[in-house]
Amino acid sequence: MTVLVIAEHDNVSLKSETAKVVAAAASLAGDIDVLVAGSACAAVAESVAKLQGVSRVLVADNPVYKAQLADNLAKLVVGQASGYSHIFAAATSTGKDLLPRVAALLDVAMISEVVKIEDADTFVHPIYAGNALEKVKSLDAVKVATVRASAFDAVPATANAAIVVLDVVINSVCSELAHTTVASERPELGNARVIVSGGRALGSADNFAILETLADKLGGAVGASRAAVDAGYISNDLQVGQTGKIVAPELYIAVGISGAIQHLAGMKDSKVIVAINKDPQAPIFQVADYGLEADLFEAVPKLVELI
Amino acid sequence: MKVMVPVKRVVDANVKIRVNAEHTAVDTANLKMALNPFCEIAVEEAVRLKEAGKADEVVVVSIGPKVAQEQLRTAMALGADRAILVETDEPMLPLSVAKILLAVQAREQAELILMGKQSIDGDNNQTGQMLAALADMPQATFASMVDITDGQLTVSREIDGGIQQLQLPLPAVVTADLRLNEPRYASLPNIMKAKRKPLDTLTVAELGVTLKPHQQILAVTPPAERKAGVMVASVEELVDKLKNEAKVI
Repeated sequence: MTVLVIAEHDNVSLKSETAKVVAAAASLAGDIDVLVAGSACAAVAESVAKLQGVSRVLVADNPVYKAQLADNLAKLVVGQASGYSHIFAAATSTGKDLLPRVAALLDVAMISEVVKIEDADTFVHPIYAGNALEKVKSLDAVKVATVRASAFDAVPATANAAIVVLDVVINSVCSELAHTTVASERPELGNARVIVSGGRALGSADNFAILETLADKLGGAVGASRAAVDAGYISNDLQVGQTGKIVAPELYIAVGISGAIQHLAGMKDSKVIVAINKDPQAPIFQVADYGLEADLFEAVPKLVELI
Repeated sequence: MKVMVPVKRVVDANVKIRVNAEHTAVDTANLKMALNPFCEIAVEEAVRLKEAGKADEVVVVSIGPKVAQEQLRTAMALGADRAILVETDEPMLPLSVAKILLAVQAREQAELILMGKQSIDGDNNQTGQMLAALADMPQATFASMVDITDGQLTVSREIDGGIQQLQLPLPAVVTADLRLNEPRYASLPNIMKAKRKPLDTLTVAELGVTLKPHQQILAVTPPAERKAGVMVASVEELVDKLKNEAKVI
């Protein structure tokens, strides 16, 4: 049994999800190879080589892989797939874009957002916005799956795996015209110990500043509900929910979020949930460990003061 | 230019589902069904392309039971020109759906396949990418902006950490994210008109598609319930609980 993990990175640094996917792969007790496809990504490969449990790092370093486009990356992965029993990637926007394409080319089904691995063939993943968990047994020779990183604890960076250079260049028929990233000093949502999320009740983009103050005081990240993102208060990549980020921090503070099932799907596995809302009927209180019925514009500044 | 929009009939987004007593499936009997919200966005986008003079025809396709005609009529009420139902009562994995859509595409020869990024039942987010792979077309998933100028497709994609703008040659597969557009409400005259639009029914066998089993569903269970929390009376009490009880700050 050998697992191929596709590394998640931005050509400069390795994303935290990969160490969690390697942890998921390690539960199968086989060899683990990690593919790093990118451009000028040597530093990423070195980070991967340190991850405990990794046998080999396969590096395809070429400008054609810079933009992480699915059409040529899928061909690259399929070209390397022989001999692997499992192909995993994190359930990030890159992993979700790429792996179904890989699975289809291999003529195997795929399992999305795996949260638990029972054995080499059996996986648990959420369906219906996390309102049900489906346990499936794969009948395919190669198991292709995206892994929900928040469901696994990262492996430590204590190893020193061999780096193998792949001299395979496959062009994409697409071209990247622009790539805008939202720079932030705060931790990434997927990685943050604390997340402070705001909803429509914040009322404006400017008002999100009070959540940022709280998040910074706790060393946490800022998130948002779909309603707040749709209202234009905050950028879409900070959306927590069924179709946004799925997070499981130690502390999740939901401020002015009513708690639609689509939002709950993204955060209900958090260890401690705090809800601050002035509507006592808000469904968010049903999943909160600590609920505070209060006006957020009074409660949040006070919270900042007391912490 | 012809646009094909695959759509799915799903449990309405506002309905809270339950797992059946045997823990073998989600109980969908007698629940309100609807056009999958992401599919609705894809239909809207295709209709807007037609209204902007960039597409000539919008064909919606669904794979499902006979009653999925309802969702195809909804899509036509939003402005799609005609519909194809590939009738089956079997539940289908995304790979099987992609194979069936590939066979439909072989007949239709659409230049753009526009579809939802995921259905809100299986939450798989696979079918568009699989279809693109099987058809050897480029793909742009999670689209928040789509434009076609001089035969070139430009798509803005919502990715982790930002936006990626891609240029793709046609034919291509685009999957719609939430912020691509806000679908219109179908007007009563358009709902009436949709009843007279053509709806063809096909079977998987007629399309010459052979499918094979890939997975067995062993169990479907409800997620672990969170234990009921407490309401605190003040910010002071909240801070005290977080510090001394939960020990997270």
